[in-house]
Amino acid sequence: MTSYLIRNARILGGEPQDLRLKDGVIAEIGTGLAADGETVVEAEGLIALPGLVDLHTHLREPGREDAETVLTGTRAAAKGGFTAVHAMANTFPVADTAGVVEQVWRLGRESGYCDVQPVGAVTVGLEGKQLAELGAMADSAAAVRVFSDDGKCVDDAVIMRRALEYVKAFGGVVAQHAQEPRLTEGAQMNEGTVSGELGLAGWPAVAEESIIARDVLLAAHVGSRLHVCHVSTAGSVEIIRWAKSKGWDVTAEVTPHHLLLTDELVRSYDPVYKVNPPLRTEADVLALREALADGTIDAVATDHAPHPSEDKDCEWAAAAMGMVGLETALPVVQQTMVDTGLMSWAEVAERMSFRPAAIGRLAGQGRPVSVDEPANLVLVDPAYRGAVNPDAFATRSRNTPYRGRELPGRVVATFLRGRATVLDGELV
Amino acid sequence: MKRHLVSTADLTRDDALLILDTTEEMAQISTRAVKKLPTLRGRTVVNLFFEDSTRTRTSFEVAEKRLSADVINFSAKGSSVSKGESLKDTALTLQAMGADAVVIRHSASGAPKRLADSDWLHGSVVNAGDGTHEHPTQALLDAFTMRRHLNPGRGKDLAGRRITIVGDVLHSRVARSNVHLLHTLGAQVTLVAPPTLMPFGVDSWPCETSYDLDAALPKSDAVMMLRVQRERMNAAFFPTQREYSRRYGLDLGRAAVLPDHAIVMHPGPMVRGMEIASEIADSARSTIVEQVANGVSVRMAVLYLLLGGSEPAITTAASPTEEHTK
Repeated sequence: MTSYLIRNARILGGEPQDLRLKDGVIAEIGTGLAADGETVVEAEGLIALPGLVDLHTHLREPGREDAETVLTGTRAAAKGGFTAVHAMANTFPVADTAGVVEQVWRLGRESGYCDVQPVGAVTVGLEGKQLAELGAMADSAAAVRVFSDDGKCVDDAVIMRRALEYVKAFGGVVAQHAQEPRLTEGAQMNEGTVSGELGLAGWPAVAEESIIARDVLLAAHVGSRLHVCHVSTAGSVEIIRWAKSKGWDVTAEVTPHHLLLTDELVRSYDPVYKVNPPLRTEADVLALREALADGTIDAVATDHAPHPSEDKDCEWAAAAMGMVGLETALPVVQQTMVDTGLMSWAEVAERMSFRPAAIGRLAGQGRPVSVDEPANLVLVDPAYRGAVNPDAFATRSRNTPYRGRELPGRVVATFLRGRATVLDGELV
Repeated sequence: MKRHLVSTADLTRDDALLILDTTEEMAQISTRAVKKLPTLRGRTVVNLFFEDSTRTRTSFEVAEKRLSADVINFSAKGSSVSKGESLKDTALTLQAMGADAVVIRHSASGAPKRLADSDWLHGSVVNAGDGTHEHPTQALLDAFTMRRHLNPGRGKDLAGRRITIVGDVLHSRVARSNVHLLHTLGAQVTLVAPPTLMPFGVDSWPCETSYDLDAALPKSDAVMMLRVQRERMNAAFFPTQREYSRRYGLDLGRAAVLPDHAIVMHPGPMVRGMEIASEIADSARSTIVEQVANGVSVRMAVLYLLLGGSEPAITTAASPTEEHTK
């Protein structure tokens, strides 16, 4: 196995130091380390972060290999600086059995670019009616700890209560896609002044907030762990902040696109901006940034949602919801959180690696950058500026809202247990 | 003029007045024995209707034929569209066939803008109604009708005229297009609807809003009744048809409080007895049939101006025929 000597990297944005990666772990950290047969990586000016961990991706395999496979998705993840991603359960077939989650887990192992942690469905077929065999998925080789019907809301209060209770037996967490279905029938975009003008059916903030309010109360009542997926409104932030102030075990994630983009972009009717939950208002964006900075929101999660071009090359109402995000996540977080002075690089490591790994109960991921820890690392060039070029993406799909947009920062190298998956910005 | 007509919000005051003045010219043609201009001879106009609308399609078709265009009616029913062909592939097909203009009606808001902004086809796009978004030629024919009654003459706008639009504003593309255009022309618009049928964020629109029809009527120069679909009550927008009619229908009693000069409009198709009483729809102050006639003239003007390209509009010539037979 190749060993690496990384020279002059600023660990979590600190003073330049050298790191020796050997046998899958960080063997030595210091200054002026001498190369001992290792491949030297000059990291002058680069930030070293723990390998990023994503709580929320859609890798589409099995079933929609035309949009993404575990292999292409993990290659995109590596290029984005991730060393572990959670793969959501809304595949075909749905990941609601030990068999399917083990298949996805095995495909991740075979890819070698990034650990893949399958998320198990809460209910059979994501139908919201009958609990899936959560225990079997937890006990499987995939060791599932995060359960979600993402894409659909577990809207039945009794099913949600039971799921929250049941996963306590094996340290699981229910990750809720908070969307009250009746309030969002036919919804096309955020309900606000823009939807009114455009004549597109609205997805009101209250449809998200009412479910989160109910779920934090349920989680408190049964003493279980709740994770809220892709928080998108200022009101949701208030509810989560209140739940945390009570000491309840509630965590939350925000997507990069909700930290940057607003529903004003929908005026173009370009479906590349169609996503669920929808892009909200400037006030929501600012509240989400503040909440991520103060820790009310625990983690950044991409909700990477690849779609084939024909599902976006159409009129708005016919288009699929979702955006790819793995390869642009860190640049967007740098622009919205770091370059604005809201967060340090150490806090980026917290929100994009330590916390998501802890929420997902991942062993060997989201570990400190210190000696004897697994060598899961990403080197970032924060001075880089460049326009997003989707044609260079590793993901199979191109449905990015950032085409041509200038974003700061670039992942220069990614290491998974001491092996380089990305060097000089290219897949190894 | 711009190359497309997608939204009345894109029209400047000068654009709008040019269309209305050109419409006056076109209206003269319609009074002649031979109702035809050679203007668009050899040009191909496609009426691309993804949604049934015999009234609008026929109006466009008459307008196109009076301008001597080659007209193709491409309707979703009985075509590849009903077999799942995408908007993109339909557009590429029309482009390959050499369409100079596409008049599109679609149930999805924004479909015409998508078509205009894409590189799928290069001809002019005319929005003939998209979802619950806009219906620009309807608003133009409404403004033309209002101007004839309330401030007649070339170059005139609707400054200070008070227009009340009543009904299902939430789902109305006619209301959206009218609010933009009437505001541009200087009119004061009041939208009247039950709160459930008022769009979210309507406070930011360039108009007044009210839940009280009786308060709005005495100060209206024109009142436009919008169609209200009976099935809306199934989604709890209002309790019953009768309750809606009692609170928001234009009946004889309400019409009596209108100023003498006020006109009553309806974009059609109307539900008699629901939003408007038959006696009012058929009364002297009703412009409903006139609106249909004006629709042909407005659509002629729009197609003429869009496809005329850099050629001068017929704003000075007394007879458009002369200018274009030279």
